[in-house]
Amino acid sequence: MPQMNIIQSVNSALDIILEKDSNVCIFGEDVGYFGGVFRCTDGLQEKYGKHRVFDSPLSEGGILSTAIGMGINGLRPVAEIQFSDYIFPAFDQITNELAKLRYRSGGEYWAPVTVRTPCGGGIRGGHYHSQSPEAYFTHTPGLKVVMPSNPYDTKGLLITSIEDDDPVIFFEPKRLYNGPFDGDHKKAALKWDIHPKGEVPEDYYSIPLGQASIERAGSKVTVLTYGTMVHVAREAAESSGIDAEIIDLRSLVPLDIDTIQESVEKTGRCVIVHEAPRTSGFGGELSAQVQELCFYHLEAPIVRVTGWDTPFPHSLEWHYFPSQERVIEAMKKVVEG
Amino acid sequence: MSKKKTLHVPDAPFRPGDKPDFKNLNLPKAGESEKPDVLVDPSEIRDLAFGLVRVLDDKNKAVGSWDPKLKPSVLKEGLRNMTLLRIFDDRMLTMQRQGKLSFYMKSLGEEAVAIAQGMALRPDDILFPSYRQPGLQFVRGRNLVDMICHCITNAKDNVKGRQMPVHYSWKEGNLVSISSPVGTQFPQAVGCAMASAYKGEDNVSISWLGDGTAAEGDFHYAINFASVYKAPVILNVVNNQWAISTHKNFSSGEATFASRGIAYDLPSIRVDGNDFLALYSVTSWAAERARKGEGATFIEVFTYRAEAHSTSDDPTRYRPKDEWKSWPLGDPLERLKNHLIDLGEWSNTDQKKLEKELDELVIKSYKEAEKHGTLTDGPWASEETLFEDVYKKPPRHLRKQRQELGI
Repeated sequence: MPQMNIIQSVNSALDIILEKDSNVCIFGEDVGYFGGVFRCTDGLQEKYGKHRVFDSPLSEGGILSTAIGMGINGLRPVAEIQFSDYIFPAFDQITNELAKLRYRSGGEYWAPVTVRTPCGGGIRGGHYHSQSPEAYFTHTPGLKVVMPSNPYDTKGLLITSIEDDDPVIFFEPKRLYNGPFDGDHKKAALKWDIHPKGEVPEDYYSIPLGQASIERAGSKVTVLTYGTMVHVAREAAESSGIDAEIIDLRSLVPLDIDTIQESVEKTGRCVIVHEAPRTSGFGGELSAQVQELCFYHLEAPIVRVTGWDTPFPHSLEWHYFPSQERVIEAMKKVVEG
Repeated sequence: MSKKKTLHVPDAPFRPGDKPDFKNLNLPKAGESEKPDVLVDPSEIRDLAFGLVRVLDDKNKAVGSWDPKLKPSVLKEGLRNMTLLRIFDDRMLTMQRQGKLSFYMKSLGEEAVAIAQGMALRPDDILFPSYRQPGLQFVRGRNLVDMICHCITNAKDNVKGRQMPVHYSWKEGNLVSISSPVGTQFPQAVGCAMASAYKGEDNVSISWLGDGTAAEGDFHYAINFASVYKAPVILNVVNNQWAISTHKNFSSGEATFASRGIAYDLPSIRVDGNDFLALYSVTSWAAERARKGEGATFIEVFTYRAEAHSTSDDPTRYRPKDEWKSWPLGDPLERLKNHLIDLGEWSNTDQKKLEKELDELVIKSYKEAEKHGTLTDGPWASEETLFEDVYKKPPRHLRKQRQELGI
């Protein structure tokens, strides 16, 4: 099976879906002629023509609003917001329009828009190229929110997201584009060939939304995580010898609560890890749901390891970015507590 | 004595107690603007952004090259629709005052806008109105009972009681769900038009927003995307002078709203919004141009909001009570009626008869709608609809929440 990184797997998913459905079109800033600042749409305009894959004005609100109009009129637009830090000018169109259109029209109108957007830190991007804004969107009924952590899942989940008739915000953790990242920035960059999910079929396949994946099976503590932190948490388990079960949520809405519950009932302990700031982060929601469902199985309080409640820093990036050490400390606290 | 320097803050020309006088508007005469060829280069017709396309003159005659030369039967249909809208609005306002509707917004003084423009389009053209173009539905023959069921939020409301009154959605009539956040529909219409072009179809999209909303970012997204992709769309700023209490002087520092379109190289036309014939003509021109692949047209519809913004505000607190009476472009319904009378096709007796017929129709429709429930007493859309249409199929967390509610 071919090896792909996440950029290639995104490209492969888009290629397949453009071929399969003539109503799919892709647009956003720099995605057309140039092929995207991360090269995710490389070669697609050349292959499918410039009305299928095209550049937009630098106008996130314009991108989202016109994508909604296209969706209303039978297209299946895949809009790229170049960095998720820049999604906020489109916030009204996403939360008030895209998310509510089906509901407010009594089911008469909807727009099957997928928004692809790179997120997360670890690339020395400072606070405007590093944020993880997923919780703003999980809080909005009508949106589905997805964040894969490897090339195989990215392709299958992206295909499903585009084919879904509901709007999907598809976050791509950009630190993972070229290889898994375990949080140790001093180590040489890793390639996806070391990870089993770096193998990606060239053909069409899909992965349902709302199914978590067990990244590492274990018995002592459940770690709920997604995106880049999946790899940080896995390596934290490996390097500490704590037999943790690492659950990669993959999609936050809908959420695979069954897998979470089963695991926490088995281990009796739960750590939640995400990059985004702690207050009102998605970890708060996870913690609440685990408490509601698994209270009598819990042997210790749930602990969250998250970004601090500060803007994402530049020079102090590695003080902010949740490290293996912080994950290990949390796991120890929960296991020994 | 030098003027003290400080921040310039505009004001409305007239406030309560002032005597409105619109002489300084310097309105061009009817028939003065020349109608260009639909394939014209926008740079050659920039004067249309500063003028005012008018067809009906002060003596109710149709004059000049913009005269669409409509058959009397079309004019009568327009008059019927406008009369129906005015009667419908009056009835709904009365019912709102009686607590039967939670809210209402009238179109008084602006009836020609949606009706003339809607009539100039094809049924497959896609409508992205604001809340003040309900008249589009009369043009496309929507059942009055269905409209009222929405307004009184009963069990037959097709949007299942999820929106305030006048936030219509009507898929069969190609009228896209109306949103309360102002202006969001404007760039969506551009995207919709882009999709028509993408599919090689020749229908157009059309959208309206108000002078106040023209200050929102969505306005600029729309006009820019429309220009960049030559989208087959008609973008209208309905400049009715007032956004609740905010006069248009706070929305724009330009000479005219229409002049904004010049910078985007769009044909930009300012039209008398109280002139049925001028509106019809300009809209037909824009639609034909779009169908020929020449892209978008930007229109400033120059009119006056005669009523309150909605049932939630009292306009006498921010403008002269009778300002509308001084509006130099008159009442759109009266002007069309007088034109038909001048043509020998209509009389005041005919109008009275029509009003009586339509009033009875509205009352009958209201009674019929009430059989499906009322806002105060129900029945409303069933409880389980609360959880429907959030997604195409309810995900499990919503099914569980529904169970928690015991339904």
